[in-house]
Amino acid sequence: MLHARQGKQDDLVVRSARVIDPGEGTDAVMDVRIDAGVIAQLGTNLESNEHRVVEADGLVLAPAFVDPHVHLRTPGREDEETIATGSAAAAAGGYCAILAMPNTEPVVDSAAVLGSLTETAQAEAEVPVGFLAAITRNQEGSELTEMAELADAGAAAFSDDGRPLVAPGLMRRALQYSAVTGRRLALHCEEPTLSKNGQMHEGAVSAELGFAGYPSVAESLMVERDLALAAYEGQPLHLLHLSARESVEALSRAQAAGVAATGEVTPHHLCLTDEAIRSLDSNFKMNPPLRAAEDRAALVEGLRDGTISAVASDHAPHARHEKEVPFEAAPFGVTGLETAFPALYTHLVEPGLLKLETLLERMSAGPARAYGLDAPAIAVGAPANLVLLDLKASRRVDEADFRSRSKNSWLLGETVKGQVRMTVAAGRVAFEA
Amino acid sequence: MAEIRVMREDLLPPKEPPKRHLISIGDLEREDVERLLGAARSFERSLERELKKLPTLRGKTVVNVFYESSTRTSSSFELAAKRLSADTMSIKSTGSSADKGESLKDTALTLGAYDPDVIVIRHPQIGAPQLVARYTGAHIVNAGDGKHQHPTQALLDLYTIKEELGRIEGLHVAIVGDVLHSRVARSNIQALTLMGARVTLVGPPPLIPRGIETMGCEVSYDIDAIKAADIVYVLRMQRERMQEGANYVPSLREYTARWGVTPARLRPGQKVMHPGPMNRGVEIDPVVADAADALIEQQVRSGLVVRMAVLYDLLTHGPAGVQSAALHEIGVA
Repeated sequence: MLHARQGKQDDLVVRSARVIDPGEGTDAVMDVRIDAGVIAQLGTNLESNEHRVVEADGLVLAPAFVDPHVHLRTPGREDEETIATGSAAAAAGGYCAILAMPNTEPVVDSAAVLGSLTETAQAEAEVPVGFLAAITRNQEGSELTEMAELADAGAAAFSDDGRPLVAPGLMRRALQYSAVTGRRLALHCEEPTLSKNGQMHEGAVSAELGFAGYPSVAESLMVERDLALAAYEGQPLHLLHLSARESVEALSRAQAAGVAATGEVTPHHLCLTDEAIRSLDSNFKMNPPLRAAEDRAALVEGLRDGTISAVASDHAPHARHEKEVPFEAAPFGVTGLETAFPALYTHLVEPGLLKLETLLERMSAGPARAYGLDAPAIAVGAPANLVLLDLKASRRVDEADFRSRSKNSWLLGETVKGQVRMTVAAGRVAFEA
Repeated sequence: MAEIRVMREDLLPPKEPPKRHLISIGDLEREDVERLLGAARSFERSLERELKKLPTLRGKTVVNVFYESSTRTSSSFELAAKRLSADTMSIKSTGSSADKGESLKDTALTLGAYDPDVIVIRHPQIGAPQLVARYTGAHIVNAGDGKHQHPTQALLDLYTIKEELGRIEGLHVAIVGDVLHSRVARSNIQALTLMGARVTLVGPPPLIPRGIETMGCEVSYDIDAIKAADIVYVLRMQRERMQEGANYVPSLREYTARWGVTPARLRPGQKVMHPGPMNRGVEIDPVVADAADALIEQQVRSGLVVRMAVLYDLLTHGPAGVQSAALHEIGVA
């Protein structure tokens, strides 16, 4: 399901790192030896065996991150991102695996398009990439794609991300049919007649600024509908980029009732509120929009208690000239692969809103499990998927430092703490600072 | 390895002060408004003289960029600049490069190459003035950006109220109609509350934005609420809001029956204002529009002197005291 450039499997000894693996219950200073890309030994004062030694005193070594939601803009908008640049950005962000959404030009709705993407990824991806395929042909919401064939061709899951699946009858059929594929549906929840023309969260700030509102209920109504259908059909479901308090509450109720539903949240929804829109900066424009303080609080709480099990960057590159326009004319979406960890460490962990180990779990094992992928682990015999973090280092986010082909980050100019020093993905050193 | 150290702030050359713009009423303090209204009053007196042109802004360039149709605002900005002896240039989106798909950024860079002192811009999209400010060195005056702000309209409304009623503080103003789509309403709520007036919004629920009370105003869906106000400010009802798919109100007929400002709904002595253009017989009864208590013509007249004051204020740096001295010098204070 995941595809990357084949490379030499590295031999390494990471010495004296604080190793944190929430899944293994590990939090101790030790050495980690990697033989040919596989974790071979954990302990103190390990022999280097003539491996390259990485001195990691004072640094944190954790399972590398998994991003369940990125846009690689390929095929169609290679001026904004390619598999090579997007996966390099992922490596720099500490990711060992990413899942790309199918809303490209053309849409990934046939085995032919999917096949060409997996071939490209095998030639140029710096970290393993999985591709979702569309639920409906051309993401038009009228006819199902050939989901079984797409699954056989390696689709990681199915989504019409960027567009809601409007008709409840079709949503039900998709859920029923997804059972034969062994892959789950990932839903972008938006009731279009309520969000129509909406530019930002509907509330006091939109009232003052004059922007057409995109109310919370436009999301939560669809969340409720999709969860009701998933419950009725007994099928699993993944909810993309949740933004509203009511959506988190609905997900929590459904999980308590036994629905196999998972959810994800983005760094920007966890760090910001609609107050940011007062700047009229188009790098704060995304779908779903930044919401009110109580929504942000509910998202942080949902991530903390596990209702939301995954952080997703929703990395959405856009060409500079498309964002350098008045807010209303700008496309939705911001980049995030290279800033997710420092943003969340700075805005949630440092102020004491979230424990470091919880953040590490929600950025790695949480998203992997949501899509049925093997969770990265620091255990003997596991493939080396590791991120080395310097929690004390801070840097000013500058567009010149991005590997991504696009620079539409909401963090430009902000100083953040917590830097990725090294990423090992599928046994290969994919990034070093 | 030697570290590069940042020099102490006080050793660095002084930074240029940020350019002053008028993009939102939120940019202004109460004393700024008072200074602007005072300058407008001085200019009004100067216009009573035979020679109406003042040499104040000779050699300065004011560019008017209008991406939306406008009669009052564009003509009064142009005349205001001319009365102050500035060179003016007007650009409309039709017939310009915007027609050919040029981006606002590129238009701003092009205009900026002429080093204009002021760019007055009206644009259908919120945030267009900020964007132009980012790419030119000119002072920017927002002449209306989407549904966001129309600050000179609010200032001329304040000026009209002050001239007609002698004060703004403590007055009660009812703003009636389509607040949702109105930049005039947003600028006026901010301006009136800044100056100590009480504001009540009156209209059908779908046209009153959710959460607007946080701007410091009250909301009523009942037209009878206007009776308690000193001033009834009527907003234009845009016909396109009733089109299919929008359905903010079922019909214009029903809007007029429920929320139209008619003689019967007013009490004697209440002043009536409207930013224009009016839909007579829709949001405002023609009898009300033509009555002696209507300040609608005064609003248009105020537009000229208030816009003179805004251009003058942006191009004269320094604190208020220096500016009033400068006004003395040119013989208008």
